[in-house]
Amino acid sequence: MLSKSDIDKLAELARLGLVDEEKAGLERDLSAILGYVDKLQEAKVEFTDELIDENLPVNAMREDGEPHESGLYTEALLAQAPKRKGDYLVVKAIIEK
Amino acid sequence: MIDLSALTIAKAAAALRAKEFSSRELVEAHLSLAHEKNPSLNAYLELFEESALAEADEADKRITAGEEGSLLGIPIGVKDNILIKDKISSGGSKILATHRAVYDATVISRLREQGAVFLGRTNLDEFGMGSSTENSAYGPTKNPHDLTRVPGGSSGGSTAALAAHIALGALGTDTGGSCRQPAALCGVVGMKPTYGAVSRYGVMPLGASLNQVGEMAKTVADVETLFHAVRSHDKMDNISCDYEARRFKATPTQAKRVGVPRKFLEKGLPSDVVANFEASLARLRERGYEVVDIELPFIDYALAVYYVLLPAEISTDLARYDGMRYGVYLPGANLLKDYMRSRGEGFGKESRRRIMLGTYVLSHGYYDAYYNKARAIRQAIVSDFKRVFSGPEAVGAIATPTTAAPAFKIGEKVDDPLAMYLEDIFTVTANIVGCPAISVPSGTVDREGVRLPLGFQLMAPHFGEELMFAIAKDAEGNTV
Repeated sequence: MLSKSDIDKLAELARLGLVDEEKAGLERDLSAILGYVDKLQEAKVEFTDELIDENLPVNAMREDGEPHESGLYTEALLAQAPKRKGDYLVVKAIIEK
Repeated sequence: MIDLSALTIAKAAAALRAKEFSSRELVEAHLSLAHEKNPSLNAYLELFEESALAEADEADKRITAGEEGSLLGIPIGVKDNILIKDKISSGGSKILATHRAVYDATVISRLREQGAVFLGRTNLDEFGMGSSTENSAYGPTKNPHDLTRVPGGSSGGSTAALAAHIALGALGTDTGGSCRQPAALCGVVGMKPTYGAVSRYGVMPLGASLNQVGEMAKTVADVETLFHAVRSHDKMDNISCDYEARRFKATPTQAKRVGVPRKFLEKGLPSDVVANFEASLARLRERGYEVVDIELPFIDYALAVYYVLLPAEISTDLARYDGMRYGVYLPGANLLKDYMRSRGEGFGKESRRRIMLGTYVLSHGYYDAYYNKARAIRQAIVSDFKRVFSGPEAVGAIATPTTAAPAFKIGEKVDDPLAMYLEDIFTVTANIVGCPAISVPSGTVDREGVRLPLGFQLMAPHFGEELMFAIAKDAEGNTV
């Protein structure tokens, strides 16, 4: 069901470096899993915006603002950064010369 | 010496208050047995020797001072995807091998308030993805009933620790059965609360529309104690809500009526698993329950719905691990190659598989065919459940076996993801619906001369935990 070029495209979208052997395995595994989930197509239902049960929790929104005092966790978090410079994370340039 | 094999949270709490032993003695006994058993089980990734004894001493002081606390001095194991401040929190993944938690998860704060002692962090399938605990970057956990078999997963470290009596209670996460399925395979009790009942703040995200922090212990009463301790309305989790305002109220008739989706159970169950399930139903009948057949027309689709929605959410959840801010960083030729290497080599095989699957179902052209179709069927399943839980014919719980078979051999299903996914066939529905569910031990069956445990699952209406515990206690065999 999935081709090698599909796997290559998905791996790049997902930012996953994969070796060729694994790609071949994924072609087989994903096709088997998608073959199973294809049974969804048999069900004759459509999504409705109607609320099924008003007792069920829905996402609670909060006002935009500071959840806590600024800088409280900065050092503890940055201490775990692979590469830092002061309070910045160091990453490679997105646009290369 | 304290006999840990006969101990429960309830018994230990009573003994601590009666000064039969101290929390320090209780924790030392657990640590000593853990040192003996853990090297072969790999249930704990780390034992918190020093901090556990310090917490035990603190608990002993609180007990002497006459303070209240439902878990005062009780040793608990915590699945290693729940943050405990200053401890390594690996998620069972190589990508977070050296990651230290900066804060306590809300459930950990809640347990601290009740005086719990954290014994260690327990093994899991990477980020909770799996049904056998074989997908851990730190090696598989073994089933204490048979070391050649899996404990189930993904909270297999927690349930193996309970079955080996090296924890009195444990926390896990349950996104598709990850507390109930390993509980069944290890012969302990495991529950998934109602969606929204327990805060997930400080829990590594996996399938936000499905998961909850689950509680596991040796008895239903102990699981109930843990659930009451961790339940809270927490503003830091946007789905967490006011439980009391929503509490389910059952009529006396409903409270004594259990439904069985017979059609769903007809296919391919081994005869001894069927007999075991019927014995649990018979026990309920003896205790005054009416057991009725129910129809859930869309339940057959539950697993397929799950394996569309979950990978879709996972591919999003795991996008945060990029090698830039924390975790493993593996440099490549440019920024893109940095990402590709850090993620490609940092994640384990099952994580990579699910990210790929999720990326596919969310990609252009397949979104309607898979993701939107799965959402529509999910609604239909929720409606099915609402129907059987309401009206004059309402049942108080839906019963199924927790799994279709007892624990399988280590390595048996690792190369067949679909066979592994089918492990969750009876458990995923509660996550899709968002209702609470529990697995209680239902006795054992013979496999190759070894007696292996099975579980009996009950799914109850949203916010109907009290009803669920009452029925589960009646279904519970004498296991401890």
